[in-house]
Amino acid sequence: MIGWFQSVLGEGPGWFVGNLFFILAISLIVMFLMAMSTWVDRKVWAVMQLRKGPNVVGPFGLLQPFADGIKLFMKETILPSNANRGVFLIAPMITFILALAAWAVIPFGDGVVLADIDVGLLYLFAVSSLGVYGIIMSGWASNSKYPFLGGLRSAAQMVSYEVSIGLIIVCVVLYASSFNLSAIVLSQQGNILGLFNGHIFNPLLVPIAVMFFISALAETNRPPFDLPEAEAELVAGYQVEYSSMSFALFFLGEYMNIILMCALFALLFLGGWLPPVEWAPLYLFPGFLWFFLKVVLMFFVFAWVKAAVPRYRYDQLMRLGWKVFLPISLLWVVLISGWLVFTGHFSGGAS
Amino acid sequence: MVQALVFWLLASVVVASAVMVIVARNPVHSVLWLILAFFNAAGLMISMGAEFLGMILVIVYVGAVAVLFLFVVMMLDIDFEKLRGGFVRNLPLALLVGLVIAAELVLVATAWQMGPLAPAALAAPVAAAPSLTNTQAIGTILYTDYLYAFQAAGLILLVAMIGAIVLTHRTRAGVKRQSVRAQQDRTPESAVSLARPPVGAGVDTEEGVR
Repeated sequence: MIGWFQSVLGEGPGWFVGNLFFILAISLIVMFLMAMSTWVDRKVWAVMQLRKGPNVVGPFGLLQPFADGIKLFMKETILPSNANRGVFLIAPMITFILALAAWAVIPFGDGVVLADIDVGLLYLFAVSSLGVYGIIMSGWASNSKYPFLGGLRSAAQMVSYEVSIGLIIVCVVLYASSFNLSAIVLSQQGNILGLFNGHIFNPLLVPIAVMFFISALAETNRPPFDLPEAEAELVAGYQVEYSSMSFALFFLGEYMNIILMCALFALLFLGGWLPPVEWAPLYLFPGFLWFFLKVVLMFFVFAWVKAAVPRYRYDQLMRLGWKVFLPISLLWVVLISGWLVFTGHFSGGAS
Repeated sequence: MVQALVFWLLASVVVASAVMVIVARNPVHSVLWLILAFFNAAGLMISMGAEFLGMILVIVYVGAVAVLFLFVVMMLDIDFEKLRGGFVRNLPLALLVGLVIAAELVLVATAWQMGPLAPAALAAPVAAAPSLTNTQAIGTILYTDYLYAFQAAGLILLVAMIGAIVLTHRTRAGVKRQSVRAQQDRTPESAVSLARPPVGAGVDTEEGVR
């Protein structure tokens, strides 16, 4: 696609305009999906709790997210007088920008990716580990007790679960022998006897996939790990002092991170844009359709968990991260690398 | 041209934020400037083609180490007036230390540049391998040529980690800990008892029905 822009506008300007076009397209699609995902989220919870959910604005309540957005936009932005003004204003921007920037390396289909870099997975990991700054900065800059407690909790929680996410990622990277996300997806083709696409069909990787999902819940501060914003004890955690658009940026960023984690799960374990079964007619459907379906499936599971599971206690959360997930994922790295060396996985591989 | 532009942009931000680390009055702001400096240094590494190192710098230093810095600094109870008070008194000493460090840096750089070792040291120790990606090249060198040094570094870090835990760990008497096993093994049979006390008599939780 960028090649087409280059043929029309010349080498340099075409590259610039083409990339700009793609960045805008991805941002708009992701933000639209994010708006719709809040609707899906609320509908799923409603069905699970035998309610109707949003059903007034537009058909099936489909326009509810836009009504909410306009409402937030019209509200007054309040700056607490004792807040640290600069940091207070930058914090929601950081959350939002990082949530958008992560989408640069996500392959939506075969070769449909903005930046096909060698270290794509590391980039995603780096961006998601930066996400903690938005929360901890907002918690500190609000100069208020509840946000501060929420920010500190969140920082500890995200740093803890990143450790196990890192080790889980290592397991997948060992199979693919690459950090490139497209290569990781392609390495999942014909996984079990050439029948299925996706690491989730590999019995050795199923426990890793489950652990990744739980860590992703903790990393995105979703229930049952939403301690940073636990309403019952911290009101709303780091978001207490925010209003209007600065709150909306947090809200948007949070949902985009959730969709990003769903996309990452789809790429790492469900075979990305590949159809789940290795059968030629299934390849007639476009790749992004499979990818979209997988992301929606994962998002449904996220919503399901929120509706079904009560919140963890903080010490249980830390125990799960450090005493359960870290040893198991470390063991699994050893196990998987041993298995791969034993079966001669690397002898014909890349390096 | 673009590469030079990116270099100057990132380099100037690194230097400016490094200066702000020292100048900023609020220690939390200092840490935030330090994070910006780290981040732009990672950008410099990526612009030089060392994308693996750049990403690892962001993940390890910005994503984990600096968060802990921020964590500690935010919770410190610092009196800003007291902090600024000693500025003039300590200025000569600080200038002296700074001068010594600057002189040493200049000496080392010039001696290394002019010394007999320079041509050999300046040449790349390992021939560039264009067929390998960054990550593979680092892995190959680290785990074949420098395996023992790498393992030794890992062991030293392990010892340091265990040492830090042992030094800061303290056992206090009377701390109630939760045993997950005990909690999960609790059943209604062992935890619940139905009592039917006579009118006017209470139930003692310790002894059952009185």
